[in-house]
Amino acid sequence: MPSYLELRRRMEERDRGLREKVVSLSEACRLIRDGDHVAVGGCHYSRTPSAMIWEIIRQQKRNLTFSRSITSTEGDLLLVAGATRHIITSWFSPAVTYGVSKVMRHYTQSGEARFEEWSHLSMGLRYRAGAMGVPFIPIRTMMGSDVIRQLPEVKELECPYTGEKLVLLPALNPDVALIHVQRADPYGNGQWDGLPFMDADIALAATRVIITTERLVSNEQIRRAPDQTRIPFFCVDAVVEVPYGCVPHECYGLYEPDFDHLDEYVKVMMGQGVEGVQGYLREYVEGPASWEEFLAKVGVQHLLKISAAGRRMSYD
Amino acid sequence: MTDADYTMAELMVAAAAREIRDGEVVFVGMRLPLLAFLLAKSTHAPRALSIYENGIIRATPSRDPVFTVSDPTNNLGAIQTGSALDALGILQRGRVDLGFIGGAEVDRYGNLNTSYIGGWKRPAVRLPGSGGGCDIASLAGRLLIIMAHERRRFKARVDYVTSPGYGDGGDWRRRMGLPRGGPAAVITTLGVLRFDPEGGEMYLDACHPGVTPEQVQAATAWPLRVSPQVGVTLPPTEPELRIIRQYDPQGFWTR
Repeated sequence: MPSYLELRRRMEERDRGLREKVVSLSEACRLIRDGDHVAVGGCHYSRTPSAMIWEIIRQQKRNLTFSRSITSTEGDLLLVAGATRHIITSWFSPAVTYGVSKVMRHYTQSGEARFEEWSHLSMGLRYRAGAMGVPFIPIRTMMGSDVIRQLPEVKELECPYTGEKLVLLPALNPDVALIHVQRADPYGNGQWDGLPFMDADIALAATRVIITTERLVSNEQIRRAPDQTRIPFFCVDAVVEVPYGCVPHECYGLYEPDFDHLDEYVKVMMGQGVEGVQGYLREYVEGPASWEEFLAKVGVQHLLKISAAGRRMSYD
Repeated sequence: MTDADYTMAELMVAAAAREIRDGEVVFVGMRLPLLAFLLAKSTHAPRALSIYENGIIRATPSRDPVFTVSDPTNNLGAIQTGSALDALGILQRGRVDLGFIGGAEVDRYGNLNTSYIGGWKRPAVRLPGSGGGCDIASLAGRLLIIMAHERRRFKARVDYVTSPGYGDGGDWRRRMGLPRGGPAAVITTLGVLRFDPEGGEMYLDACHPGVTPEQVQAATAWPLRVSPQVGVTLPPTEPELRIIRQYDPQGFWTR
């Protein structure tokens, strides 16, 4: 666990001045180094930074540790692509309706990869501690469970005020946070609609932050609604405009999950396991020359359908 | 439609709904718990409030069926769409009366496993994990468990405790640092089970219509205690069925 001074030093060495930082997906991805701990914003199949994860796989990053509140299909893809062998999360499978990921089972049951399990609340509090600059935070859950017995970094404490038994969670300070938002300006001021998940804490806890955004907007537009700014620019290192950047997952107010695509994916993943997902990666990640080509491959009919469903929510 | 025309899932939803009291704050999961909440809300518990672990607080049902908690339709018309820590913090603060949870395995003291079948060292199946399950089981005022009643799922001791019940009984929870809460009932495909308030051991309180205590025992891998006043689960009434089918029109969860 890096010391407080080390964490401060890492942030102080970044250029935090007001500057435009709009780059391409592939340029932004170069901020990620092999071996980094990468925290993923959104939750489950909601506001997932899918385009950035797609690019990480294309650039063949290695030995990454991934953390996320709840992990969905992106976890399968990262395991099969060889980008990670260590995922820190509270729950890992495509969705309740799709059953238990065969890929997750393959890698974890063989011991090839580690699925480090924490409770949902403890994931959130670890990021919160990281965001607040404190080394640990007390919590009232997980005591007596076997979850805690596999987490040697969790300490028990008798509360110095009340004498109660509590456990302490170490702060989680990712090297890089990947956050997808509905709009951001060129400086990196990010605003989102819908559920916030743990994204603000993840961004503030991380050393480097990559924002992908559905729309690049002017700084004036951000300042017209500053109450909606969730991530201030000086915490952000790169901004990438990626419309439909969560596909096949959802982005609130714009598009719903592409369940037709996910159904197909899950059929291949559950039917053929790792080999099936290798084929999926060849077709959908390695094949297309750009994210736009990936979207074309997913299909305009799909995009129209998920957009109509996503917008209907707020239009009628 | 006669009262006899109901599915097992509909019976379980009706039984679970009766556990919700009016005015309670309920931490709601997906599938049958969501339907149970909506049924209670539409009948005897109109002032009940639902909180979802992703941060949504709702006092009214969503317009369209919800498949996972963050579905956009679950946001619309909510009272608050906060962060996961908002909702889970409310839970830790002690403001939640009742939590719902399911599991792959449960044991005689209501401990639940959603992590590893066959132990964590060499698991036969690695399951999706806790999610908010461990938090809900640790912190809700009462815990309601809904699951299929099979011998391989009802074990004397679960392979792995993801979400604590009464541990190994007695004052275990208090000793562990969990001063309140614990399982109140288990709604299964065979009956309704409750817990001895002293020792924390599960006992059979009611069998579903047509089920005998012997059948429940046969599907339970420890010598199950049976209430001397063991009853029969009330089947869903016609108005209850109408409400369940209104919220699950395709029978996605209940057929």
